[in-house]
Formats: sequence, C-alpha cells, structure tokens
Amino acid sequence: MTRFIAVLVALWLPVSANALNVFSCEPEWAALVEELAGGNVEITEATTAFQDPHMLQARPSLIAGARNADLLICTGADLEIGWLPLLLRRSGNPGIQPGSPGHFMAADHVRRIEIPASIDRSQGDVHPQGNPHIHLHPRNIERVAEALADRLAELDPANAESYRANADNFLQRWSDARTRWEERAEALAGMRLVSHHRSFSYLADWLDLDIVATLELKPGIPPSGAQLSRLLEQLTPAPPAGIIRAPFENEKPAHWLSDRLSIPVIEMAYTVGGADTATDLFGLYEHTISTLEEYRE
Amino acid sequence: MRISTTAIVLLALGLPAAAANAQASGDEVAELRQMIIEMRDDYERRISELEARLDSAERDAGEAFELAEETAIQQSSGTSAPNTFNPSIGAVLDGGLSDVGGGWEEIPGFQPAGEIGTGESGFSPGEVEINLKANVDARYYGNVTFALASEDGEVEVEFEEAWVQTTALPAGFTVMGGRFFSEAGYLNDFHFHADDFVDRPLPYQAFYGGRYTVDGIQARWVAPTSLLFEVGTELNWGSSFPATASADTSPDSHTLFAKLGGDAGVSNSWQLGLSHVSADAVDREGGGHHAEEGAEEGGAFTGDSDLTVFDFVWKWAPLGNPTVNNFKLQGEYFMRSEDGTFADIPYDGDQEGWYLQGVWQFAPMWRVGLRHDRVDADNGPALAGTELEDPGRSSRRSSVMLDWSPSEFSRLRLQYTDDRVLAESDSVWYLQYIMSIGAHGAHQF
Repeated sequence: MTRFIAVLVALWLPVSANALNVFSCEPEWAALVEELAGGNVEITEATTAFQDPHMLQARPSLIAGARNADLLICTGADLEIGWLPLLLRRSGNPGIQPGSPGHFMAADHVRRIEIPASIDRSQGDVHPQGNPHIHLHPRNIERVAEALADRLAELDPANAESYRANADNFLQRWSDARTRWEERAEALAGMRLVSHHRSFSYLADWLDLDIVATLELKPGIPPSGAQLSRLLEQLTPAPPAGIIRAPFENEKPAHWLSDRLSIPVIEMAYTVGGADTATDLFGLYEHTISTLEEYRE
Repeated sequence: MRISTTAIVLLALGLPAAAANAQASGDEVAELRQMIIEMRDDYERRISELEARLDSAERDAGEAFELAEETAIQQSSGTSAPNTFNPSIGAVLDGGLSDVGGGWEEIPGFQPAGEIGTGESGFSPGEVEINLKANVDARYYGNVTFALASEDGEVEVEFEEAWVQTTALPAGFTVMGGRFFSEAGYLNDFHFHADDFVDRPLPYQAFYGGRYTVDGIQARWVAPTSLLFEVGTELNWGSSFPATASADTSPDSHTLFAKLGGDAGVSNSWQLGLSHVSADAVDREGGGHHAEEGAEEGGAFTGDSDLTVFDFVWKWAPLGNPTVNNFKLQGEYFMRSEDGTFADIPYDGDQEGWYLQGVWQFAPMWRVGLRHDRVDADNGPALAGTELEDPGRSSRRSSVMLDWSPSEFSRLRLQYTDDRVLAESDSVWYLQYIMSIGAHGAHQF
C-alpha cells in the first residue's frame, strides 16, 4: 500500500521545472533534441518506432505531456493531422500553438519530395505537402538540426551557447559519418526493393535505391489480396532484392509476397528504437546501411 | 588528373625537343632542362589556377543549389491559393437501412428526453453533418456544425455546435463559449458518427435524449502533472434536457467534470471520468419534439434534477500500434435523482442506467463489437397511474456489430440488437454507412 501511494505521488508530482520540457511526436526528433540539448531537457515521446505516427490518438498521457511542454517538435507536413490539432487544443498550452516559438515542425525546414500534383481521397491518404517521412536523408537531418539549434537557443537563451556548440559538434560528426555512409552505399545504388508504404522514399532518393513498387497501392490503404496478386505477377519476371518494412507496418502482406517471390523481408529500423543498435541517429543510419548491405544482390 | 596532364604536356613538348637536339652540347642540355623545368612550372601553375577556378565554380554551384532548395522549401511550405484562409470543411453522411419490429419512442418510467428510439423500418438517408473549423486568430479557435435531416418529408436543419475556444490562455486553462457538447460522460463529446454502434446506449437516450448540449460557457484546466488530470465546469442557459431554459441571467444547469488518465506500459491507455449535472427544471415536458407536443400528452416536471456519471475507457493495442489489432473497453454508469413535482404530484424519484461495450479490431479494416445497456426507474408509488409509473422491470438491450472501414473515411456497419426496452422483446437490424468527405477527422481518445 505504501508503495502504491509512493507510485501515485511520483506520478502526480509536477514534471521537472528546471529543464526545458520537450514533447516529441516521433523518436527521430527526440534523438535529435537529445544530441543538441542533452542534459538540459526532459523529453516526452508520443510514439515509439513500433507505432504508426499517422494512426495515433490524442490519448490522456499525450494531453498531459503537451500541457507541460516548452517545445513541441513534430514532423508536420500533415503526418500528425489526425491527432496533433486536437492535442494542441486540449493541452491548454499557448506556448506550443502554431506560430509560437515552441511549435517546431521539422518538415518546414527541408525540401519535400513526392508532392502530389493533384489531391483527391480516391488516391488514398495522400499528403498535399509531400512525403512526410523525411528523416532518412542525412541532408534533412542537417537542416533540421540547424533550425532546431536556433529554436532551442531562442527558447532558452541562458543555454544558447551550449545548443550552438552541440549543434556544431553534431554536424561535424554527422558530416564525417555521412561521408563514410556514402562511400559504403555506392555499392547499394540501383538496389531494387519493394516497400510497404512510402516510408523510405528519402532514403531511396539519397542512396539511389530503386523502389520498384509499394505493397499499398494507395498510401494508407491496406493492400487487398487482388492487388497483391497483381503485384506478384508484375514482379515475378524480375524479383527485387527484398521487401523493406518499418516495424509498425503490417507484416502479413510483406510475408505473403516474400514467400511467393522467394525474396527476403528486410526488417528496417525505420527510426530510432526500431532495432537494438538504432539507439541514436548515428545508430539508425548505421543499421539502415548495414541491413541493406546484408541483402545486396 | 594533374599528374597525367603534366605528363602529356612533357611528352608533347619536352621529349620531341630533346630528341631533335640529341647531338647538342652539355650546355645546351642544361639549358633545355632548364626550359623544360620552367615550362613544367608554368603549366603546373596554370593547372592549379584552373583547379582553383573549378573549385570556386563548384562552390558557386553548391550555393546556387542551396538557394534553389531554400526557394523550394519556401514554396512548398505555404500554399498561396485564394482560399488559403477558408476554414477546414468536412461533411459526414450517416444513413442506412433498418428493420425494426414494434419499435419504441419512449422508455417506460422515463420522461422523454428527446428524439430517441429505434426509428422506423426502411431506408433513411439519416443525417448529413457539415462542419467548418479554423483558428479565428491567435487567441481563438472556432467550430460550427450543422446537421441536415429529413423529418416527415420536410428538411430539418439542426444547429448542432457553434463554439469558440481559447488557445492562448496560460497555465493549462481553456475557456469555450457558444453551443457545444458537454463533457459530462465519456461518449457525450463525440459526434454520433464516431460511435461504435448505430445508436447511443440507453442511458444516453434516457438521461440526455442522445446527448447533452450546452448553450453557455465551459472552463477547464489541465493540471501540470505527468498523468492527465483535468477538471472543468459548464454553465448552461439552454433548454437541453434535463434542463429547461428560463428567461433570466442565472444559468439553468451547471456541470462539474473531472478526468484522470494515462498509460499503463506501452500497450495500454486508460481514462476515468466523473461528472455531475445539476439542473433546475421548470414545467419540463420532455426534450426535443416532445417539448412542443408534451403539454397535451403528459405531465410536466418542476424541481431539481441531479445526475452523476461515472465513466471509464481502456484501450489496448500490441506495442501501442492499433494498425492491425486493437481493443477498446468502455463503460458508463448514470445515476439521477429528481426531486420536485410531476403533474403536480410531489415526487422524489431515482433512476439509473449503465452500459458496457467492447470493440475488437481483429484484422485491418474489420472490427466486431458487443454492447449491453440498460436503464431502471424507481419513481416511487406516488406516480402510479401517471406516465412515469414504475415499469417494474429494467429496459435493456444487447447488441452485436460488425464494421468494415476500408479507409479512415468510410465505414459500413451491420448491427443486430436484441431489444427489451418494452415488455415485449424485439429484434432490430441495422445496416449503416458513415462516409466523411473533406477535412480529416480528429482521432479523439
């Protein structure tokens, strides 16, 4: 009973008042904040690598997290359209509303690809502002890191120097690592792959991978049996190297096709936390490249 | 690159010259060597100049690329269509086919709270809900919802919601004003088309006439804790059942509500709610259309109505990812005490009701749900012989539903209800469609 009360009190206590409270919609941005702000922040993470960021609900713990946040960092570009607007309204927190310094949308700082020329729901759950899965291109990480360092400095001027120094340090290490990854990835250029959703378009753009098909015929709409059969027929003459899959994507369609084409399902980390070694952004990229190398033809 | 160019230069210029002077003296050889060295230095200098220019050109190109990218970002982050400032617009079509046996419009022992009941057999285009919402400015958010329905051959426009909410109050406070759905009860704040069953549970029908709408203001506060703790109050001047509108400045009913919620591990989340609605009713003849017709049909209630609602919801999804499988269990308990006069007879009655439902998504797009709901009235012997005479039994139902949602925007549902609201039981079938067009709906917990 005493323990139960202690737990209740611990849950009840206001969140830390000294550090900057950050609410991160996706693990990649939490990891980036960790790089730039380290010990100065308390991070509430809305999703794990095993949760589809499209599909979340504005659940109670997220409302509480948003209520206490000094900075909200999300992807934007409508990735969180289903739940973020509601969450913001329920939070009672003016500091993180759109237009406030505490409202940071990563996708606003990068060049997005796959911006549809026309928009209609018959095309599936399309994103008018382009593909929001931006974090698997190192250039996007660089750009977001630069903008985020400025934003942290603006929100917490006392530690501005430290945020900028951390950013410089991070960008230097990132640039060195990027050179190494690009050298290794030369051998991956042209690798033919199938993906479940368009979750890896930026990665493909960076490494010159050839995503020959997506299991979802239309984004966000689970593939039907007939669609998969057609895909099988289409891919049989020249099977790709494998089917890449993010941890939160339904594994059944990928396995169905993999069995029939005798090609592997390649379990990608997709984001930080999606694999044992993907503990930070460097680990994520390392894991991503190594995994692809493993299945290179 | 540099080495090979130098070598070619030497071959082209140096070697033929040397060959032509094979017989020349030692001085001449030294001179030629000197010339060759000079020429080589000259070419090396020119080559490095060219390389420097190339570097600089590459840098310029890089900067131009960055600039182009910058422009692309600016262009892609804002649309500049003339209707950029239009509010988000959505419409929901909610209709279907029903097969009702006897059917009912009133629950025995309960004063009719509004347009409730099984409806009639046949096809109905139901309700078309149109919603507009947007930020008003940096301080307010506005929302308007109206519903179009066809009633006895006439088109009826129902003014469902029209509210503004603050977005800039500090410290977790939010104030809302206008017409809105009360927070008293978990389901009350949801639109009908977001429900997991075709019709609202019996306690909602008996105590609210489907839902409790407030014309007035709401203030709520989210505590600065890591568990969600939220409290709020509402003041209502409207005539929404159980209240009646009086023409003065004091509110006719008020609500208090509290919510507590959080996660249990990564796969579970939960919320508990407790609310209280207290209303002063004067000559209340029932809600909805009954208010207009009620005077001839039955008695009126004058007195205090106190309703307490306890609600809980628990959601589970493997690793918190609901894409393939998920489960939701929710239940609410309503307890009401009314004290006053009914049809001029002094009356002190208690009514209660509850429902429990579970919905299981067993495959992507497919869900199955079970619900049991019931209400009981204990109005006392004084009302024997009036329309609120104790029915001596519980009105209850059990329903099962199966729905299919090929996208977030469409849903087809089949529901069967074993209906024992009246003494004679009834079997009710529904085939419902819910289609959303326009703006993306909110994923409310």
